[in-house]
Parts: sequence; structure tokens; C-alpha cells
Amino acid sequence: MSSRALPAWSLAAEAVDGIGIPASWPERVTRAWAIDGSRGEGVDVCILDSGVDGDHPLVGGLTSAVAVSLDGEETRVEPDELGDVCGHGTACAGIVRALAPGCRLHSVRVLGEGNTGSGELILGGLRHAIERGFHVVNLSLSTTKRRFAELLHELADSAYFQGTVLVASAHNMPVESYPWRFSSVISVGSHEGTDSLVWYANPSPPVEFFARGVDLDVAWSGGGTLRCTGNSFAAPHIAGLSALILSKHPGLTPFQLKSVLYLTATNTGGAP
Amino acid sequence: MTDEPDYREAAAGGMLASEEGHRALLQSVVDVARAIFAARAASVFLLDEETDELVFEAVSGEGEGELVGRRFPSSTGIAGWVLVTRQPLVVDDLQQDPRFARDAAESTGYVPHGLMAVPLLIDEDVLGVLQVLDRPDDTSFSLAEMDLLTLFAHQAAIGLDLLQRARRARAALELGEGRAAQVARIAGLLEQSDALVGGQLLDALEALLRERRPT
Repeated sequence: MSSRALPAWSLAAEAVDGIGIPASWPERVTRAWAIDGSRGEGVDVCILDSGVDGDHPLVGGLTSAVAVSLDGEETRVEPDELGDVCGHGTACAGIVRALAPGCRLHSVRVLGEGNTGSGELILGGLRHAIERGFHVVNLSLSTTKRRFAELLHELADSAYFQGTVLVASAHNMPVESYPWRFSSVISVGSHEGTDSLVWYANPSPPVEFFARGVDLDVAWSGGGTLRCTGNSFAAPHIAGLSALILSKHPGLTPFQLKSVLYLTATNTGGAP
Repeated sequence: MTDEPDYREAAAGGMLASEEGHRALLQSVVDVARAIFAARAASVFLLDEETDELVFEAVSGEGEGELVGRRFPSSTGIAGWVLVTRQPLVVDDLQQDPRFARDAAESTGYVPHGLMAVPLLIDEDVLGVLQVLDRPDDTSFSLAEMDLLTLFAHQAAIGLDLLQRARRARAALELGEGRAAQVARIAGLLEQSDALVGGQLLDALEALLRERRPT
């Protein structure tokens, strides 16, 4: 700390040598460099959703599961005994598992208590996930309430600076919703293809990537599968790919990870 | 703003388009949605914020005529997920999901095979959910259909918004005290009852008031 004297947000000449960042970037970032041989080992992926059925064969077990509930004005986080109250969280977990079979999956359930207070639960769940320091958090949900936007924005920035990657599904309706619109998260919409390893970088944000999200068979609570469509299934594809990249290249910041996803997208020349 | 009640506003409030008129708009939305998607049923659910429940407001096809007014908790099943997460969702092969099938059967007596559900949003508020049940089995889903579904959802949201505003205005006037509320109630009654008697009474009242008006 002594070499980083005040002011905190500037860099004194003598401090330059102290902030060398070791990196070994290839001449060209390719998909082979990014993910080949990776199974997502050592990476913690959190599914912030309706809970996850950890016993589902396509989910293959959970490392942890908590439920967020409202206690008056406060949110409470407790071990989750209920599993998946809808089926949707299980679907997202199954998509991540299929891409990154070696990752550790965690469930933070923020649904199941009705619409009232749902914004508070999403905020409480996200705060918890960031405090836990998960590498990747999948958010296949959004809120339209503006009073949550500022708090969500602060949380998304905290996640970005501490190295937690937030992957959020974009809204395909003409309304403002959050957190997918924030530049500190990775936002994902759907393409119509059937290949889970095809993803596109969008040159016209706010949606930054398109991944598979139409007519795909996903795990659902009860042990079976369902055929589903929605941007909420595109996001876990990018979450799973992020786990592969972070497993092979640990320590990448969200900014670097987003760049790797961009450079290896199907339409940017990084794909085989 | 004066303290005097505005009788013209009250009279207009009492003659607000009828409940039936707003329902007809929602019914038309679900009828067209069902026809466009060649589906077996389509429905609009209203979120009752006081009880945190979803209420059937309009139904086309399977369940039509029986389900309107039926309620269930707002976190139930796929409609509940769509409501809370504000994300549209399309699901097929629902019968593989035993829990969904049981809930749906208990609530409606009809177990769909597949459904499309989309939140009904006006500005930052979620008003309910539009659901389209059982498109033909052999059709796969496209993003163009999702766009079409969200267009219908916008129309349904506007219809639901009008219905709720009218209900709130009527409730405020019906429960209100004072002359303005009384005028609104009379206007409402005139709308519903025998026009001849009401008209004669109104004519007499107007004549009397004109006679007595200070000059």
C-alpha cells in the first residue's frame, strides 16, 4: 500500500512498476485459444432464478442453494428446501451444465413469493450472489421498476469491479427494463439457429450478444425436458461459455471476458 | 382548482364506458390472438395487486365462459414466472411436467400441451399476462412469432389499463360523498335504466333549475 499513496485514483510515476499485470495474450484470440479443452472446472456459476432442481440428470448436482425471502423491509437468505418453484431455473442450469460440465453450479432462488416485493428479492439475491464472489451470475430476468434501477446499477458496477460477470437476458419488448441495459453486464438476446456454440456480437447495442434461444430442449423440474423459446435461455449459453473461458484463463476481468466473447463470436472471425 | 365539485366531470365519470365495453376490447384481443396463432385458447390475466393474485379477465376458446373471474396466486407456474421476471416465454410439451399439469388441471380443468406467455406492461408497471395455449403441434417457433405476440401483448396491456382506470374511477365516484358523487351515481343509473323516465325527470329538473337561476 505504501507505494500507492494518496490520491487513490491516480498513478504516480514511481508506482508504475508496481502495477504490472502478467498476461499472455496470443497474437490472435481464437475460439480454440479461448475454450478448447475447457470443461469449466474451478468456475462458480450462480443461477439467480426460480430455484434449481439439483437432482435433475441434466443439472447434475448443485454445490449450494439458497432462497431469498422478504422479512418486513429486509431480505433474508436461507438454505433452499423447495428447489425449483417453476422449472425455469432448472432449464437455465441445464444449459450451463451442458456447455460447462465441470463448473460448480449454485442456485439463488428469488421467485416463489408472488409479484409483490419481487424487485426487492431480485436485488437481495443479486447482492448475495456478488458478496459470495461467484465468477458468473446468470440473470434470466428483469425488473421494470425505475426505483430499483439505480440500486441495480450500483450492484452491477460492484460486480464488474470485483470480477463477477453478470450475464443478463435482454428484453424483446418496447419497455425499459433492468439490469440488462447496463454496460457493466453482458446482455444477451436470441438468434434462431440450433447450434449452442454459435453466438454473435451485436454491432448495435444495447443488446451485446445473440445466442441460441429458440426451440431448444431444456431440463425442467420433474426430471424431464421441455421445448422452449425465450431470451432467458440465450443468456445461460453465454454464461456457460463464460465459465469455459474463465476456467481456461482464470483471472480475466469482466471487461476482458467480454472482449474474448466478442473476438470469438461467430460473426467476428474468431470462430473456426 | 376550486373547492366546488365539478358536476360535469362527475357526470362524465358516471357515464364511463361500461365494464362490458372494456371487456369486449380484451375479448377481441384474445380472439384475434387465438386465430392468428391457430391456437386452442388464449387468455388475459389481470394482476390483482391487493391480493397478489392473477385473475382471468378474458378467455377465448377452451374455458371461455367459465374461467373469467377465476383467481390463482401470482407466483403460480409459467404465468407467474413471466409476471415476476417480465420476460416472455414459450414452452411446449408441458405434459412432461407433472407439477404444471396438476396445477393447471386443478385450476382450469384443461391441461395444455404448450403455451406462450408474455407480460403485459404499461410503462414500468406490470398489469398481467397474455397467454396463448396449444398452437398446432407441428409448428416450430420463430422470432417473428415472438414479435407478433409482444405486439398483441401491448394491445392487451392498453385494454387492461383502460379497464382498470375505469374501475378505479367508478369506485371512487360510487363510494364518494357529496354532490359530485351523487351526480355521478345518477348519471350512471341513467345509463343503465329506463331512458324515458330518466329523461323526463332530467328535463323537469333542468327546467326547474333554469327558472330559479338568479339573473
